[in-house]
Amino acid sequence: MVKLKIALYWAASCGGCDIATLAIGDKILKLTEVADIVFWPVGIDFKYADVEKMPDKSIDACLFNGAIRTSENEHIAKLLRAKSKLMIAYGSCSYEGCIPGLSNFYDRKTTFERVYIENPTTDNPKKILPQTKVKVPEGELEIPEFYDTVKTLAQIVDVDYFVPGCPPEEKTTWLALEALITGKLPPKGAVISHSVKAVCDECPRKKEEKKIKKFYRPYEIVPDPERCLLEQGLLCYGVATRGGCGALCPQANMPCTGCYGPVEGVIDQGAHFLSALASIIDSNEPEEIQRIIDDIPDPAGTFYRYSLPDSLLRRAKIR
Amino acid sequence: MDNFEPKIVAFCCNWCSYAGADLAGTSRIQYSPNIRIIRVMCSGRVSPLFVLKALSIGADGVLILGCHPGDCHYIEGNYKTLRRIPLLKKMLKQFGVEEERLRLEWVSASEGAKFAEVANNYTQAIKNLGPSSLAPSK
Repeated sequence: MVKLKIALYWAASCGGCDIATLAIGDKILKLTEVADIVFWPVGIDFKYADVEKMPDKSIDACLFNGAIRTSENEHIAKLLRAKSKLMIAYGSCSYEGCIPGLSNFYDRKTTFERVYIENPTTDNPKKILPQTKVKVPEGELEIPEFYDTVKTLAQIVDVDYFVPGCPPEEKTTWLALEALITGKLPPKGAVISHSVKAVCDECPRKKEEKKIKKFYRPYEIVPDPERCLLEQGLLCYGVATRGGCGALCPQANMPCTGCYGPVEGVIDQGAHFLSALASIIDSNEPEEIQRIIDDIPDPAGTFYRYSLPDSLLRRAKIR
Repeated sequence: MDNFEPKIVAFCCNWCSYAGADLAGTSRIQYSPNIRIIRVMCSGRVSPLFVLKALSIGADGVLILGCHPGDCHYIEGNYKTLRRIPLLKKMLKQFGVEEERLRLEWVSASEGAKFAEVANNYTQAIKNLGPSSLAPSK
């Protein structure tokens, strides 16, 4: 049997997704029995030039993690799309933009000013900011351009499958790899997870009527270990998040933060959660409602923690 | 911009506000043509998604009209709206969207004149604010 050819790549990401691919444990041996890894910058020393020399569509599948933040990310995404039969957005960054995508509340100018000038631990008296080109005695050096707006992989190239999670759970990764190995592929565009329902569906906590008088941040209370976290006033995102992870965070007393993306059929996870959350505020008086809402210090960052670039508005307007 | 004619989407609930708009029409009350009415069964049906969608494809303002509190045909749909709108406004502020781009008003089936007044007032408010430039970046 001819072995499958698999490529892995990281764009704007933290590296956690690459670790998540290894988290499948000894199943990695099953993978290497049937597949060769032809490109994996974090693990194997292949160069971009090696990929450029491969014939088009010669890679069976590319697991692409990371959002598109620089011209290099975009270039490699397009290159790997051309060389791969299947393009898989692996992990929340490439699927929805994730944490790097939060910088869409700013732009390049404000991001650079914060990182290279205002940051209290940065010592940069000459206020030097990154440039795409710089002249040195040996010639001109070039680095990739940093974009104003972070984009998802699907906003740059055609994507066949999405694997959710920050990072994807071991069993979710294996579900995707197993589909590749056995050739039993879901329809194009599918989000590969064990569940199409919300995290609540897998969460063993006791759920009663949801009515909230006050929202708490996790450090402010010690939650009851049995009861639904949302009912206790914690911003648990489970109601608006796809399951498949096994509801691990709520079981460890931490509210779900929404990393598996929207449930099947929902196009804007943040709006969905906002709607659900506001509806259960236990008051009909405008002043009291406002007081309860004031407990949520950063609604946009909370609702779009993982999905700002993939949301309807995609980014904030910078004045 | 002197000749700025804003595009305003108004979500009207079937039982009160749409009937109010209807009454404004049958009573021949003139009101601003900038309002584009979308009938929904209840103001509670207006997901924040609808507002974001309208703003993202070029609406300069979004008006949500529902039954007066206590009058909801579905008992508490408009209370859900009452809770969602302030949170949505707070969130939109973080996106750089002015608070006035979204407004919630109560208009009953008998308030044709109020419907016209709200429509005119809001159109003027959005004209003062100027066009929204929220369309997604290319």
